[in-house]
Amino acid sequence: MPSRRYFLRNSALAMVGVGASPLWLERALYAADAPSQRKKILVAIFQRGAADGLNVVVPHGEPAYYALRPNIAIPRPTDDPAKKAASAIDLDGFFGLNPALAPLKPLYDQKHLAIVDAVGSPDPTRSHFDAQDYMESGTPGRKATQDGWMNRALPPAASKPSPLRAVSLGPVLPRAMRGTLPAIAMQTIDSFQLRNAQASMEFEQRYAASKDPLLQAAGKETFEAVAMLQAIQKRPYQPAPGAEYPRGRFGQSLQQIAQLIKSDVGVEMAFADIGGWDHHVNEVAQTAAEGQLANLLREYGQALSAFWTDMGDRMSDVVVVTMSEFGRTAKENGNRGTDHGHANSMFVMGGSVQGGKVYGKWPGLEKEQLYEGRDLDLTTDFRDVLGELVSSHLGNPSLKTVFPGYQPHTLGLV
Amino acid sequence: MRHRVALVLCFAVALAGISASAKKKSPEPSRLFQKSLAGDQKILQALNRLTFGPRPGDAQHVKSVGLKKWIDRQLHPDSIAENPVLFEKLRTLDSLRMTGAELVSNYPTPQMVRQMVNGQLPFPTDPDRRRMLTRLMEKFEERQKLNNASPGSQPAPPAAAAPAARGLAGLLAPTDLRTMRQGTPQERLALFQALPPEKQEELLDAIPGQLRQSLVTVAPPELRRRFDMIAGPQQMVARDLTEGKLLRAVYSDRQLEEVLTDFWFNHFNVYLDKGADRYLVTPYERDVIRPHVFGKFKDLLAATAKSPAMLFYLDNWQSVGPEAAVPGRPLRKNARGLNENYGRELLELHTLGVDGGYTQKDVTEAARCFTGWTILQPQRGGEFSFNPRTHDSGEKTVLGVTIPAGGGISDGEKVLDLVAHHPSTARFISHKLALRFVADDPPPALVDRMAATFTKTDGDLRAVMQVMFASKEFFSEGAYRAKLKTPLEVVASTVRALNADIAYAASLANQVSQLGQPLYRKVEPTGYSNHSKEWLNAGGLLARMNFALQLAGNKVPGVAVDAAKAAKPDDPIAGIALGSPEFQKR
Repeated sequence: MPSRRYFLRNSALAMVGVGASPLWLERALYAADAPSQRKKILVAIFQRGAADGLNVVVPHGEPAYYALRPNIAIPRPTDDPAKKAASAIDLDGFFGLNPALAPLKPLYDQKHLAIVDAVGSPDPTRSHFDAQDYMESGTPGRKATQDGWMNRALPPAASKPSPLRAVSLGPVLPRAMRGTLPAIAMQTIDSFQLRNAQASMEFEQRYAASKDPLLQAAGKETFEAVAMLQAIQKRPYQPAPGAEYPRGRFGQSLQQIAQLIKSDVGVEMAFADIGGWDHHVNEVAQTAAEGQLANLLREYGQALSAFWTDMGDRMSDVVVVTMSEFGRTAKENGNRGTDHGHANSMFVMGGSVQGGKVYGKWPGLEKEQLYEGRDLDLTTDFRDVLGELVSSHLGNPSLKTVFPGYQPHTLGLV
Repeated sequence: MRHRVALVLCFAVALAGISASAKKKSPEPSRLFQKSLAGDQKILQALNRLTFGPRPGDAQHVKSVGLKKWIDRQLHPDSIAENPVLFEKLRTLDSLRMTGAELVSNYPTPQMVRQMVNGQLPFPTDPDRRRMLTRLMEKFEERQKLNNASPGSQPAPPAAAAPAARGLAGLLAPTDLRTMRQGTPQERLALFQALPPEKQEELLDAIPGQLRQSLVTVAPPELRRRFDMIAGPQQMVARDLTEGKLLRAVYSDRQLEEVLTDFWFNHFNVYLDKGADRYLVTPYERDVIRPHVFGKFKDLLAATAKSPAMLFYLDNWQSVGPEAAVPGRPLRKNARGLNENYGRELLELHTLGVDGGYTQKDVTEAARCFTGWTILQPQRGGEFSFNPRTHDSGEKTVLGVTIPAGGGISDGEKVLDLVAHHPSTARFISHKLALRFVADDPPPALVDRMAATFTKTDGDLRAVMQVMFASKEFFSEGAYRAKLKTPLEVVASTVRALNADIAYAASLANQVSQLGQPLYRKVEPTGYSNHSKEWLNAGGLLARMNFALQLAGNKVPGVAVDAAKAAKPDDPIAGIALGSPEFQKR
């Protein structure tokens, strides 16, 4: 028997057509129903290797940008059809998107995508290793922190929590998710099972009978997760019409996160990463639409856009946030690339996001405005962005525990 | 048949022990450490703690040698003739025997190869290696061109795959081509080996990944290495390290030395993928850690402090004193200044411990003492060097001891001496050893006795271990099977229990990563936890069970389980025993 909400939603979708329905309409539909019991979900994406924020969110209104990057700057937005595909896509008259991120422009226009610029970790390190570590632990400058900000950010569970509350797609649990609360890393949904049915039963009994309380509890958790995923594994997954994930690990990761969320297995926190951003050499080829950065951004943008389309109205519960350990030098180097820098940009995407805007104070790119004379300076701490999502979106007020020693400022993102 | 019996016996011993310990009700830990074990349990306890898990027949061996004598031999590894099988297995892993500089020139990154071709870096002297690197460079450039030229909408442009497919057909006669595409791995290998050397090289370039993988499974070690090199020579360094660790853990007869090398590497952890450390970790484990694991703690500590691997990992090589404190140094813009990372971890993780009674001021002062401790040419293999021009020459006070101005390199040496002999260090190190070898919450009385021995013997690690291995607590019910195995211990002990033969250990190393312990890749300076509960989570447990089934079912590439001992698909009995809760403990 279809619920009232189901009926309303589907008739509304029938009216405006799937995919074209703006989320505010669906949010309104939910408001007409009882308050949603569904949990809020945060998806964090790490771009490993330090993405070149200045060529991702292009400050085309800043003359110094073009002076510093004579060979690899992304050209100013243009209406010239011959050059349009290799020029920045204007956002607000000052910033523009890299043309390879064209699939994200509609989300920005619909105000579901917000960008934060000149943002990052205040720690001065230019080591990938240290900077990723600090960003994932959530404690810049403090090496001894044992757990990650995502684990600490899991809201207190009212009843028995799902074993799939916190899921990472990949071989090992990322630093950001490590900690006292259970979190699961899986290469793929399909691989999370025992490869022998008879053995599975036998194992389950043996772990249930174990006298070791730790092993018994971990066994229980494992077999619960296996059972929950079994149902999903049996159904071949069909993304929503129009959701075309790019080939490669990152697209696969996002597709599986979408699958898990839509299967209602209790995911509250998900993590995926995409590597290969360390573009010291040949970052940009002959035109801005070519080269290593453009290829990677295409994969990245397509995956995010496919995720959005695939999730449909479920995006009203979800916020996706992206980050990279630091930015890159404002000035290009001698190899059509850039070296390790400081501040960067972050994307925040979701149904409840106040998007269509570039947040953050622009520090400028004149020599005296640069951090240590070479990099984009930082005006927003990454913990301001994450902190707001943790408190306002996930509803976890204990920011003191999540980001110890830091008082996040509210940007008004959600 | 005899093997099967041996295997079953091995489990029988293990399970007998479990039922004994399972009988106890609501255990009171302190009392359990007073209850001593029966003779056979003592043997199993020693095997479980001093080795990477018993092999069939090991218990018998310990019994015939005598437990005390066996432990004593393990504490004096020179008294044990090393297993010749191990040397044979390690033979092709030549990077394990190279200096840092040799590693760089023999296993360079693509960027380094380019520099070699341009004459900015020296080429390796071996002509074969030169030719191979030049070829790699050409291929690398080609791929770059393809990458940059591709329109890019497809992550893997078909243009990149096309030359390889054409190449294979162009290289082989039709019948050979059919063999290569449809033959058994052995037939493919025979065909490959019958080709003249040049043809082989061309084929290596042209062969698709899946085909190559099927050849790898049957190839002799030297050929397998050529296949592995295609993915990039720089990867071989990490590969050899991880394979070497597993081969030693499984095959070495000097098991305690292997356990300790792993323990102390982890205590003084460095991270393989942090920049220059890619080439510094091999000599670090071999020349800095391994030679000192039965020696004096202060020697081990001093060796790590001056090792390029540690100086790079904890950034001390870039740590410089404030301008004013360094006479004669010109003022530079954007100078990096004092870096406290090493100073902090030295006190917190390497010696005193987090509650060892030091302050932030001590961290800063210690860091000042180590300014100028740096590395010559870190990217080319590295060498320790003291640079007086970046050393803070002022007076310092560390842990209440004044270090007068102008001490130069001796400032850091004094700090090392001070912390190596600090009572907190004696306790912290003793506790950590007991945590690894005795129990997650080791009895304080035992730790006290170990710490007293540490102090009395000037930090003689062998003497401290002698106290531990002779203690009643070590052979008590409280310690018996009380530790959960780490992923490395799970994998090594499973291979050992099955007496499996390793042709190559890459897939085993991969398994260790999947279980959550990528070898040489613990990012944090804390190293991996020695505490049981750290290793219990749903994903990890599932992976342990699957690994047991996979290995017992003879499905791990490069590892052969004797058919008589291998589980049948419909009878996964060995797999279940190896994936059971009992086998997760040691």
